[in-house]
Amino acid sequence: MGQWIEVCATGDIDEEDVMRFDHGGQTFAIYRSPDDRFYATDGLCTHEKVHLADGLVMDNIIECPKHNGRFDYRNGAAKGAPACVNLKTYPVKVEAGKVLIDTGA
Amino acid sequence: MTEASMVIVGGGKAGARAAVAFRENAWKGRVTLISDEALAPYDRPPLSKAAIMDEAEPQPVYLLDEGMMASLEVNFLRGSAATGIDRDAKTVSLADGTKIPYDRLLIATGAEPRRLSQTGAERALLLRDLADSAEIRRKFIDGKSVAIIGGGFIGLELAASAAKRGCRVTVIEAQPRVLMRGVPPEIATRIAARHAEAGVAILTSASIAQIGLDKILLSDGREIPADIVIAGIGAAPRIKLAEQAGLALDNGIACNTYLQTSDPHIFAVGDCCSFPHPVFGNERLRLEAWRNASDQAIVAVENMLGGQKPYEAVPWFWTDQYELNLQIAGLPQRGVSIVERVPKENALILCHLDGDGRLVGASGIGPGNSIARDIRLLEMLIGKKAAPGPALLADPAFQLKSLLKP
Ligand SMILES: Cc1cc2nc3c(=O)[nH]c(=O)nc-3n(C[C@H](O)[C@H](O)[C@H](O)COP(=O)(O)OP(=O)(O)OC[C@H]3O[C@@H](n4cnc5c(N)ncnc54)[C@H](O)[C@@H]3O)c2cc1C
Ligand code: FES
Repeated sequence: MGQWIEVCATGDIDEEDVMRFDHGGQTFAIYRSPDDRFYATDGLCTHEKVHLADGLVMDNIIECPKHNGRFDYRNGAAKGAPACVNLKTYPVKVEAGKVLIDTGA
Repeated sequence: MTEASMVIVGGGKAGARAAVAFRENAWKGRVTLISDEALAPYDRPPLSKAAIMDEAEPQPVYLLDEGMMASLEVNFLRGSAATGIDRDAKTVSLADGTKIPYDRLLIATGAEPRRLSQTGAERALLLRDLADSAEIRRKFIDGKSVAIIGGGFIGLELAASAAKRGCRVTVIEAQPRVLMRGVPPEIATRIAARHAEAGVAILTSASIAQIGLDKILLSDGREIPADIVIAGIGAAPRIKLAEQAGLALDNGIACNTYLQTSDPHIFAVGDCCSFPHPVFGNERLRLEAWRNASDQAIVAVENMLGGQKPYEAVPWFWTDQYELNLQIAGLPQRGVSIVERVPKENALILCHLDGDGRLVGASGIGPGNSIARDIRLLEMLIGKKAAPGPALLADPAFQLKSLLKP
């Protein structure tokens, strides 16, 4: 286990939206679901390394802005071509109105 | 009785996607993919972009590799052109005389670049496959002069790639501006300005008299230096097979809304076919676009397996030149008025509304992925035949997504 890193305040991300977070040379995508939970995945699409935070969140799906590859951001599962390789996910917790992730570093 | 068999002719984007779709639909019978290319299906969009610009020697980006085809039990016949269809016997014949029986046949033969007709036209390189791209890459040497005939997508992408490799580039366009087809002038102007900034000369309303050994002669007498000549003057659907088989044609292989040809056992998808679009009053369209090829493959396969699913995906196209990304959704040319939306600095989106205020197209240009999300949302609104108020569309703070909620 790594250590928890503060990302932002809960209010910084809208429901059903995504935000980019860079830390320690890595880039992450932080999501807030329609049912108000927070999730984190690698920031780059597994297809051609495009920033997913420029994409569109619909329910539990993040759609890549480049070729519309889709992933379930709760578990990183790729939902079909051109997204064939799953996204890595990271533990997230909310404490005192802050979103924190464990990058495993 | 032989085992039921699905046969696909053409191993490009559409054919490859169809092969996978049969298995996704739990089809247990035979799937045969016939390709006249030597390689497993690979992606074409990089051929004019990364494959030419990147420092590293380019590798094909496979859509389906040998391993995937083996695990999906796709019978892949490489390097073999389909030469005929016997619709009564329901067989496809190959160049070597083999006959492949089918229960349903999918034609996904794509399109091929048009050729010039002027004197010297044989000097002009064309770009469609990996070998073409590799040859162009080899010839784009620092300091060489490159003349690109045609200011369409392929021509402009190649111009950007040639400039990146240090070539002196001239684009020769017959029309009064670049990207005349389907791209509004406001957007075309921005891309032309970016080319100018990169040192690419764009000559419009220019016609070619003759292609010489190291130059091009224009009808008005001007001479354009041209160590390398490339023609990017559009593509024609590959219909020979369908034509010989007597299938109905109409700007490509004519399909109905189920992507079925005039023979109910034969379907067609991708760049080679035309189809009526229900979102646009059943206007008959033929698209040369990457996403259309795979979306059509998915729908056609469902219908080949007995489904009745109309194809109604909204047309969508992108091109990347320099740091700019340009996207078109829907049919901007059907619009009569334009609402501007500026999602981010240096980005521009045009929303195209028809006479009833319905959103029929969206076009945009901006660095990186700056326009992607809004264009995607506008595309969905086009599909829903929405008529969002111009004030909302123009307000960048307004969340387009909220219009999609019930
Ligand atoms: C250089 C380039 C860049 C592009 N960039 C973009 C882009 O940025 N964005 C975008 O949206 N679209 C782009 N496109 C368009 C996109 O690639 C096409 O729309 C897509 O490839 C169409 O897929 P398809 O399967 O219909 O045809 P194709 O990919 O052309 O595949 C058809 C295949 O069938 C084979 N074939 C033909 N006849 C026979 C026969 N008789 N027997 C056996 N095999 C046969 C062909 O050799 C080919 O392999 C680009 C195209 C090119 C060429
Ligand atoms: S880069 Fe994400 S789908 Fe291609």
